[in-house]
Amino acid sequence: MMFVPGNNPAMMQDAFIYGPDSIMLDLEDSVTMAEKDTARLLVHNALKTIDYGTTEMVVRINPLNTPYGKKDIEAVVKAGVHVIRMPKTETADEVREVEAEIEKVEREIGCLGRTQIMAAIESTLGVINAYDIAIASKRMMGIALGAEDYSANLKTQRSPEGIELLLARQTIVVAARAAGIDALDTVYSNLNDMETFRKEVELIKQLGFDGKSIINPRQIEVVNEVFAPKEKDIQKALTILAAIKEAEQRGSGVIAVNGKMVDRPVVIRAQRTIDLAIASGIINKEDI
Amino acid sequence: MNSIKDRAALIKNAADTMGKQTFQGTADKNNTARTELTAQGAKVVTLEEAIKRTGLKDGMTISFHHHFRGGDKVINMVVAKLAEMGFKNLHLASSSLIDVHEPLIDHIKAGVITKISTSGLRGNLAKEISHGLMEEPVVFRSHGGRGSAIANGDLHIDVAFLGASSADPMGNACGYSRSENAKSICGSLGYALPDAQYADKVVILTDDLVAYPNTPMSISERNVDYVVVVDSVGDSSKIASGAIRDTKNPRDILLAQQAAKVIINSGYFKQGFSIQTGSGGASLAAVKFIRQSMIDQGITASFALGGITAHMVKMHEEGLIERLIDVQSFDKVAAESLKSDPMHQEVSANEYASYDEPGSATHSLDIVILSALEVDVDFNVNVLVGSDGIIRGAIGGHPDTAADSALSIIVCPLLRGRIPCVVDEVTTHITPGSTVDVVVTEYGIAVNPRRPELAERLKKAGLNIVEIASLRDRANAIIGTPAPLPFGDKVVGIVMNRDGSVMDVIKNIVD
Amino acid sequence: MEVKNAVAGTLESGDILIQIAPANTAGLHIELDSTVAYQFGKQIEAVIAETLQNFGLTDAEVKATDKGALDCTIRARVTAAAVRATGKDVWAD
Repeated sequence: MMFVPGNNPAMMQDAFIYGPDSIMLDLEDSVTMAEKDTARLLVHNALKTIDYGTTEMVVRINPLNTPYGKKDIEAVVKAGVHVIRMPKTETADEVREVEAEIEKVEREIGCLGRTQIMAAIESTLGVINAYDIAIASKRMMGIALGAEDYSANLKTQRSPEGIELLLARQTIVVAARAAGIDALDTVYSNLNDMETFRKEVELIKQLGFDGKSIINPRQIEVVNEVFAPKEKDIQKALTILAAIKEAEQRGSGVIAVNGKMVDRPVVIRAQRTIDLAIASGIINKEDI
Repeated sequence: MNSIKDRAALIKNAADTMGKQTFQGTADKNNTARTELTAQGAKVVTLEEAIKRTGLKDGMTISFHHHFRGGDKVINMVVAKLAEMGFKNLHLASSSLIDVHEPLIDHIKAGVITKISTSGLRGNLAKEISHGLMEEPVVFRSHGGRGSAIANGDLHIDVAFLGASSADPMGNACGYSRSENAKSICGSLGYALPDAQYADKVVILTDDLVAYPNTPMSISERNVDYVVVVDSVGDSSKIASGAIRDTKNPRDILLAQQAAKVIINSGYFKQGFSIQTGSGGASLAAVKFIRQSMIDQGITASFALGGITAHMVKMHEEGLIERLIDVQSFDKVAAESLKSDPMHQEVSANEYASYDEPGSATHSLDIVILSALEVDVDFNVNVLVGSDGIIRGAIGGHPDTAADSALSIIVCPLLRGRIPCVVDEVTTHITPGSTVDVVVTEYGIAVNPRRPELAERLKKAGLNIVEIASLRDRANAIIGTPAPLPFGDKVVGIVMNRDGSVMDVIKNIVD
Repeated sequence: MEVKNAVAGTLESGDILIQIAPANTAGLHIELDSTVAYQFGKQIEAVIAETLQNFGLTDAEVKATDKGALDCTIRARVTAAAVRATGKDVWAD
């Protein structure tokens, strides 16, 4: 998941060429208070207009207890965002509030249930409540660690080894797995230290995370290398794609594998696994 | 008896038979110390005197090189002097012209310069010419094409004014100096060598007159008529900064990675391959990625060609590139290396890239990475005229290397801001599509349909190979369809192909 | 609609700076300075006018300094400037 400041048009229009799995356009920390209104409009128009291909589009909104949160939700839901990322989530109630706002807008434009939610956990209270947050809404597709605020909250700072983050990371993975959703790790901001970055990516993959948040395209290759799909995932994805083809030939919109219905996110993920496998040179386009 | 007196009749006889005179004795021997004599010479004169003695007349052709790039001082200095002396209707034939040559605008308006031949134009001079400043169109040639034209007489030079960082009083000249008074360095004088060889008269301008013999030299005294000492021939710091700077621009890095992958999987990446790269951010970064693969796979290159950069010098010094063939030193590191390293060889424009010079280095070139302002769906490339119709670049060695290399790769972003780089038809045809093999963009890689086997190899390697037309469609979908440019009816430029034929013309732009 | 002086956008590459001021005479008066004026000048002016009309702003002096922005960016910046100039937001409070 690549973070892109919501007030930078050039970066927003470019972001997907680097091939991240998902792009997170940010309305929160990277946008100053004075530019919240313009960033919101930029993100709204970008989502409506720019062809991001199969990239999953996420927007990090401002919290609902600020003057911006509600408007952010309206703007991005109307533009058809895939996922709204809630910052600094501490309780399940906050998730339900966001969900209610999303529903209001979706009802207005007639697309109920389209928007998913991801919650960033960035405090000790949030970590304690991780599982409640993870199951607070059926729209919840993943939870993520925000380590900068969390470390400050712990009254410590981040170390290269990340020992201080271990409990939070494992709690989040466990909560996500128990809830059947994705777990996403925090950003690493020293762009010049690719070695430590790689070690961190290897660590969080081993811990069970599904992915890593990144702040610069230069970090993508490392994440992709570490996360390159394994043979098993590729086979599974190929089965799903074959089922889609078959469903298309039958002229049916219902896709099933082994008698089980396949949801859109699963299809997207299968496609992404295959894309990644092709990009990593593991399989050939012609073999599909 | 057999003294020389006794042989006098026989000597006379031999001389008569050969149609020669008999020896009549020598003039008085000059007893001045040679070291004193070599500090001066009959060729060393002022600029004005040199101009007078060359016999330069109105309407003649004068030539220059551009090895000091943005730091060049010779062209402005000499043309100002010619203007002061009252010359008119001169044809200025430089290996290229850039922003710093803006003062030429006034000399054109005053009628001192009425015709220009060059590889490129930039800055306000280019802008004014694009708007119709000159009556006669500017003639654009590639570096190899210029070398051929000078050699075969298409471009006849009456007087060449060539800046050099050192010269002795006999005219032996170099793009660097070994003396402690060295003021400048530009490295290779490759583009000046055809001028030195074929011009009727050659004037060397130098800011470091050294004692004879200034060896090893680039330009030999036998080609030099006059030597003029000036304060400065150029500001070396403006050639390019000496330090190797890696681009941090993620788009350039992405393009570079893709270009490197193309090279590594092209089938041409093998022991002893040869390579040339441009000086753009993506080209330089591509070299970095190729370097890593060379180390990993234990492959070395036989030579690197062209504009030589600090990157190439570094790889040469690491043993990854055996030899450097240098027609133009792109930065100070390259210039210093040319001076000190015998495996770093200077070549003339002809030996570099002329189509009719069988031994020109491009004929032995495997891989070239080039940039572009525009590529069209037929793979034609424009590197000279911007998408706004204004001249803003140079042909350089682009068509020469594309045509002669085994694999030519164009690297360009699909979009520069709102300007598309993959278009229906290029604004100006410079490098024919038939000589271009691969176009690398951040939205995919297009392979010329002429090269199906290459496309196959790259596809197998997992690269994103797309139809070039789909890249154009993609660009248009993002930016909308550009309106046609407001061209007028006047021809302001003529593009010569490297074989001496006329490739295209550039029309004026009307605001 | 009452219009105050307002600005939105930046002069960075790929962006556009929109300055809106009260109209001297009725109608929209758009002054465009663009790095891609030859190819896209007319289109940019049309997008600005259309965005303002959809917003409901019919009388204003508009100065646009464009650095190669895409249409979606132009719409966003024009709308933001119009919101700031009129105090009327496009999102519910």
